[in-house]
Amino acid sequence: MSSTVDGRTAFARRALADNGALAGLLLLVVALSVLAPSFLSTQNLLNVGVQAAVVAVLAFGSTYVIVSGGIDLSVGSVAALSAMVGAWSSAEAGLPGPVALLLGLLTGVVAGLVNGTLVAYGKLPAFIATLAMLSVARGLTLVVSQGSPLTTPDVVSFLGSNLTPFLPVPLLVMLLFFGITGFVLSRTYSGRAMYAIGGNEEAARLSGIDTKRQKLVVYALSGLFAAVAGMLLAGRLSSAGPQAAVGYELDAIAAVVIGGASLSGGVGRATGTLVGALVLAVLRNGLNQLQVSPFWQQVVIGAVIALAVLLDTLRRRTR
Amino acid sequence: MKLRGVAALSALALALTACGSGTTTTGGGGGDITIGLAISTLDNPYFVALKEGAEKAAAELGVKLTVADAQNDATNQVNQVQTFTTQGVGAIIINPVDSKQASPAAKAAENASIPLVAVDRSVDEGKVASEVASDNVQGGTLAAIELGRAVSGDVVHLQGIPGASAARDRGRGFEEGLNSGGIKVVASQPADFNRAKGLDVMTNLLQANPNIKGVFADNDEMALGAIKALGDRAGKDVQVVGFDGTPDGLQAIEDGVMAATIAQQPDVLGRKAVEQAVKAAKKEVVQGVVDVEVKVVTKKNLAEFKK
Repeated sequence: MSSTVDGRTAFARRALADNGALAGLLLLVVALSVLAPSFLSTQNLLNVGVQAAVVAVLAFGSTYVIVSGGIDLSVGSVAALSAMVGAWSSAEAGLPGPVALLLGLLTGVVAGLVNGTLVAYGKLPAFIATLAMLSVARGLTLVVSQGSPLTTPDVVSFLGSNLTPFLPVPLLVMLLFFGITGFVLSRTYSGRAMYAIGGNEEAARLSGIDTKRQKLVVYALSGLFAAVAGMLLAGRLSSAGPQAAVGYELDAIAAVVIGGASLSGGVGRATGTLVGALVLAVLRNGLNQLQVSPFWQQVVIGAVIALAVLLDTLRRRTR
Repeated sequence: MKLRGVAALSALALALTACGSGTTTTGGGGGDITIGLAISTLDNPYFVALKEGAEKAAAELGVKLTVADAQNDATNQVNQVQTFTTQGVGAIIINPVDSKQASPAAKAAENASIPLVAVDRSVDEGKVASEVASDNVQGGTLAAIELGRAVSGDVVHLQGIPGASAARDRGRGFEEGLNSGGIKVVASQPADFNRAKGLDVMTNLLQANPNIKGVFADNDEMALGAIKALGDRAGKDVQVVGFDGTPDGLQAIEDGVMAATIAQQPDVLGRKAVEQAVKAAKKEVVQGVVDVEVKVVTKKNLAEFKK
């Protein structure tokens, strides 16, 4: 009798230990389903997925960076800049939509490469290099837009639309990039190099990994993902705004960390990040539906982030 | 070869200085007055329009205008105003990030004996030569009346950044205007003056309150996000009223998806502020309070506002 109870608790403990963030997410969902009757409807859950998409794609990009022991503070600004370049190329320069989209994505990659060059070859701390890019990219967004929102081309607006009422494109894009991230991290040379560099950069270098080149790859990927997130955000609004995605870098980092990644590098998974982004989206959705006072919402969000990471550290220590 | 290069370079330098002085020295009766404009943010079309109005007025009056963008950071703005005082500007125009937090800036200007003009938002404490503003509280009330005229039933209020003075004032005015019509607020939630957040928050509120008839948003950006969330319902069985009268907001009214907006006239605000600042710099008599009208814009009078 006692042995089966032990077995059961051991199983539960193992499931929780493997997926601390997932347990937190389930807890949140259960609590909200009880408190807000409209929470657990198909439509609302789809809404949550769509609302998580932008931060999730940003966070997938940040997962590479954080796993390799770096940080990218520029993703929100780069997302806004990429979307703005895309919108400007079509609305002002008259280029065809797909070309404009590509130019926008390219903008993200270039911004990422600049970050990567500054970090890998310029020996700047990642925090400083990407902090500079946060400011530069936001400024360039204002320069390109002249301070006003621009209409996005149809192909970008498609990214924010619904294929059918129950098949929103942002959700599909999020799942696609989830798959890509999982694949890159676990199945590619670069992915394994990221864990190696994040675990011990010197050891990675001595074992023959070209750490500088791999860092370029890391930041370029982060820039590209930021650009995709920017397109998603602009697509949902059919407009690229100069003030879009302000502060999203912090949401992205929070999602990655809630998902169990370590800011000191070497640890982190795509599933964790997805769960982290969903936790944030579920929380915001639920706070709206419960009509929590605006003054308290930020308190609650901050507290949940701290709690999630605290739980994660605790379970690591007990293991 | 080398010499020619030097010559070309110096010619270029000369040309550049000529260009430079062409833009800085100014014709007209302004002499060499410089006005400092400390603006709350340029991350918002509304304030960009305010800045453009100010720039136009400065060009016409023949004064130089230096613009500093505080990026919505009140501390940043105090520093910028302090910098203006050391640059010896003739007058400072402040568009406070927050009315309550602008008093150190006002004090800095006062200590340097430089006249201060407040535009769009007031300065709660401190000496202000002139205050150029449109009345946010009155605007909120007008919005409630307009929404009450368009619909009756449950409505949602999308609020600006919690604690920001414009959000406070518009919200207060809106609540004051509520008893005039048959509308009832069933949800008030913040979407931080941001279009993307307006879309998400409205989507979430619709889940809990599917039968709402109207939306009031503290600015047009959030209203446009809400319209996205409402989809086909916007302008048909749900009426949306915004605030600001931005180009995109006016376009939404023309398209029939937004019922009304409360137009402030940011360019007029910028213009009047520069006019008062120049007068103050010349030590002429200034108008203590300049009221710039807020107007309800609907499809009927849209043409007056679309340029």
